[in-house]
Amino acid sequence: MANLTELCLYEARDGLKNKSFSTKDLILDHIDAMESSRYLNAFITETPDLALKSADLSDDNYSNNTNRPLEGLPLGIKDMFCTKGVLTTASSKMLSNFIPPYESTVTNNLWNNGAILLGKLNNDEFAMGSSNETSFFGSVINPWKKNDKQAELVPGGSSGGSAASVAAKIGVGSLGTDTGGSIRQPASFTGTVGLKPTYGRCSRWGIIAFASSLDQAGPITRNVRDNAILLNSMCSHDPKDTTSSSKEIPDFESSLGKSIKGLKVGIPKEFYQDGMSDEIIKMWNNGKDWLKSAGAEIIDISLPNTKYALPCYYIIAPAEASSNLARYDGVRFGHSINSNDINEMYELTRSDGFGDEVKRRIMIGTYVLSSGYYDAYYLKAQKVRSLISKDYNDAFSKVDVILTPSTPNSAFELNEKCDDPLSMYLNDVFTVPINLAGLPAISIPSSKDKNGLPLGLQLIGKPFDEETLYSFANIIEESSNFESLDDIWWLK
Amino acid sequence: MSKLINGKTGDWEIVIGIEVHAQIISQSKLFSGSSTSFGSEHNTQVSFVDAGMPGMLPVINSVCVEQAVKTGLGLNAKINKFSIFDRKNYFYPDLPQGYQISQFEQPIVGEGKVIIDLEKGVEKEVRIERLHLEQDAGKSIHDQHPSYSYVDLNRSGVALMEIVSMPDMSSAEEAQAYIKKLRNIMKYLQTCDGNMEEGSLRADINVSVRKPGDELGTRCEIKNVNSIKFIGQAIEYEAKRQINLIESGESIKQQTRLFDPKKGQTRSMRSKEEAHDYRYFPDPDLLPLSFTDEFVEGIRKTLPELPDIRRKRFVEDFGLSPYDAGILVSEKETADFFEIASKNSNSKLVCNWIVGELFSILNKDSKTIQESPVTPENIGKLINLIDDGTITGRIAKDVFEIMIDSGDDPVSIVDSNDMRQVSDEGELDGIIEKIIQSNPDQVKSLEEKPNLMGWFVGQVMQETKGKANPKTVNELLNKKLLK
Repeated sequence: MANLTELCLYEARDGLKNKSFSTKDLILDHIDAMESSRYLNAFITETPDLALKSADLSDDNYSNNTNRPLEGLPLGIKDMFCTKGVLTTASSKMLSNFIPPYESTVTNNLWNNGAILLGKLNNDEFAMGSSNETSFFGSVINPWKKNDKQAELVPGGSSGGSAASVAAKIGVGSLGTDTGGSIRQPASFTGTVGLKPTYGRCSRWGIIAFASSLDQAGPITRNVRDNAILLNSMCSHDPKDTTSSSKEIPDFESSLGKSIKGLKVGIPKEFYQDGMSDEIIKMWNNGKDWLKSAGAEIIDISLPNTKYALPCYYIIAPAEASSNLARYDGVRFGHSINSNDINEMYELTRSDGFGDEVKRRIMIGTYVLSSGYYDAYYLKAQKVRSLISKDYNDAFSKVDVILTPSTPNSAFELNEKCDDPLSMYLNDVFTVPINLAGLPAISIPSSKDKNGLPLGLQLIGKPFDEETLYSFANIIEESSNFESLDDIWWLK
Repeated sequence: MSKLINGKTGDWEIVIGIEVHAQIISQSKLFSGSSTSFGSEHNTQVSFVDAGMPGMLPVINSVCVEQAVKTGLGLNAKINKFSIFDRKNYFYPDLPQGYQISQFEQPIVGEGKVIIDLEKGVEKEVRIERLHLEQDAGKSIHDQHPSYSYVDLNRSGVALMEIVSMPDMSSAEEAQAYIKKLRNIMKYLQTCDGNMEEGSLRADINVSVRKPGDELGTRCEIKNVNSIKFIGQAIEYEAKRQINLIESGESIKQQTRLFDPKKGQTRSMRSKEEAHDYRYFPDPDLLPLSFTDEFVEGIRKTLPELPDIRRKRFVEDFGLSPYDAGILVSEKETADFFEIASKNSNSKLVCNWIVGELFSILNKDSKTIQESPVTPENIGKLINLIDDGTITGRIAKDVFEIMIDSGDDPVSIVDSNDMRQVSDEGELDGIIEKIIQSNPDQVKSLEEKPNLMGWFVGQVMQETKGKANPKTVNELLNKKLLK
């Protein structure tokens, strides 16, 4: 039998339903793949024993015809999701010993739908980063290499492990979180499909908070259909999260194949950046052509406040983070360094437990909320945020979706931008505004650059209109003929 | 009128504003389902939310919101139909999240007022600046181990109302009257039990002094004073300290101070320079609170009769003096007791017995009216026995004493002890005749000393064990002896 890891999520689902193979067969192949791919450093914690135990239950359910929607499907979960009884670190030394006594709502929904935990995935520390290089557990390696097969590349971040594992076919899909592009940018860097749902679509309960008003959980998959299937099982109205939506949850998979004829696609002129590469522009134009051929109308639009999105984000997100991360004080759980003085205990614990990027953001956040600076920074950023939201509201009175590149460039080399936080932050220039506006957006692999590295197109939708995104994404996917990764060089 | 303090350089006026932290009566905490009951085993009423565990989120308890609105209405205050929760950021081991969820810029309740009751029936209005909702912190315990402190999170997340007054009070007595009135109103509303010993009502007192007519002086805040008595002591001490400082040529530095009940003094806790920068910002985990008029009006309909209105009713309906009515309503429980006792009885008499006999017994035994050994129903019955002439006023006191000891019904006490009043003229006539016969000397002396009549009354009472109807006895004695 061929290696079952070759099957994508819906193929594996159909195979299990048809009893072409057992859950145990599927899980064993994925465990093999996980263990033989450790070079990529995508997983922080592997849970093969738990997975095999769950596989037995899933096989029983298949034989009793009591199988659930995701029965027996192995998934990797970003280490920002609390998983009951399984180490959950946020890729930080601070939580390197933290085993939650509770399960996040989103992962709980998946397990209730029959999915199986393969392991916990590496990410940037507390989801702060765009290259997965800030993890206490080391960088994740992108399974993709340039045509010259030389340098190792970053998978993007912060959901680097989630994107790399899916690109490397370990698990049929994964969960990420996206605060400013943390699902879409790594998806773009690894040739995978990544969706950030509308803010409120998925519960945040049990997800380690980075910036509460921006954080959303979302799926990373090998194709659009898998993505829609996974999202259906993730979202729910959760009374434990006041910001979670009670809107009805549609069947996302059924929006695939729907006609987009007559629908309008907005092309925001502000997303043309100085020095943007010809390849990115070409990909963008291809995207327009594909959608036009499918019957959509292309319309130029303006999102005038786009240029303020990045500075606005780098005030609001650190401000919230500085407060959200205050609970890591060494008193009740996690890393702790004792002292005879309480303030010294805080200092020692937090100096040692947090990495540089996290500290940088805590300091920025503390500064912008400080008395005397609050109005000039935080308050102003909130006003700008409203203006950005308004830009999108206005645009969506004219168009149904907005099409942009996902990132200004393809994956870069490890250590290339580590010492230059500003250039690192610029990676999120196309994704950040969407979080500020709370909108859904998806990154779909669309072409390769001259070095053979994946590039993604981003589709942005109206609030709670993930369905239209999936319809459009499906067309881009079919039109692009994107070839997935075939060189598994890391297997030694 | 302001009460002035006489200093070396002339008269001084005290200016007092008070922030009260009142624990809301509710089954569960402000943002979690944990129980709020007091005195449980350490750290047994702590949810993952209260412990600030990663990924946990607050969910507002609507009961606490209703209680805050109700309190706002009881304080004649403006209810803000839109309000916001903010995070107040600071590090402390008993603050698990590293921030307290509170309300800063937009509180749930705006300006209101409280009428305080001073001596001799004088009233004064104290303006309320605002009321907001916030979480309580846990408790740090420093006296259980030589080198460690312990943290109890049972209180962490319990709902508080912070009620901020304007600087409208000018003496310790006014401050005490304000706290008493506020506590009483909340007890009437059943939004706070007002128990200062258990910490469900705590006060931060802002004190400054000035020469009458001058601008406000620099204030010092005395934190967490937890009894009415201490509030008085703290203000007296602090005002004198400030006056002495200024009169000796120094200036007041704005600071936070603590009251030491053992020494009766306040001492510096931290200066303005050491004050925290709390970095308030809207809590992104919580939606703003937003009410309709119907919601507010619905709560208004559930408001009970409040003390000022009840007092007025007691005066108008029962003919009580404003002073007596004020005493009765100053504790909700006393007013409730009175209403039950006077349901089928003479209200004025009932009031006199409660304020007189009952209070003196309760004071002697340091008991509250809820702990009264005599039920209000039985007080009512006792009054009826006096009122309809079944027993004499003197016997009533004996009955009352038996009631206190036994808790028994006064009617059965009177029956089983044969305590009914004797008004039968024939029976009394016989007794009086006997006394006159046996005391010829006294009868003789009566001509010169008419006061001796009292001695005869006393003899009759002694003979009848106090049961003789005093009116009948007087009439008979007059008829027989004063010819």
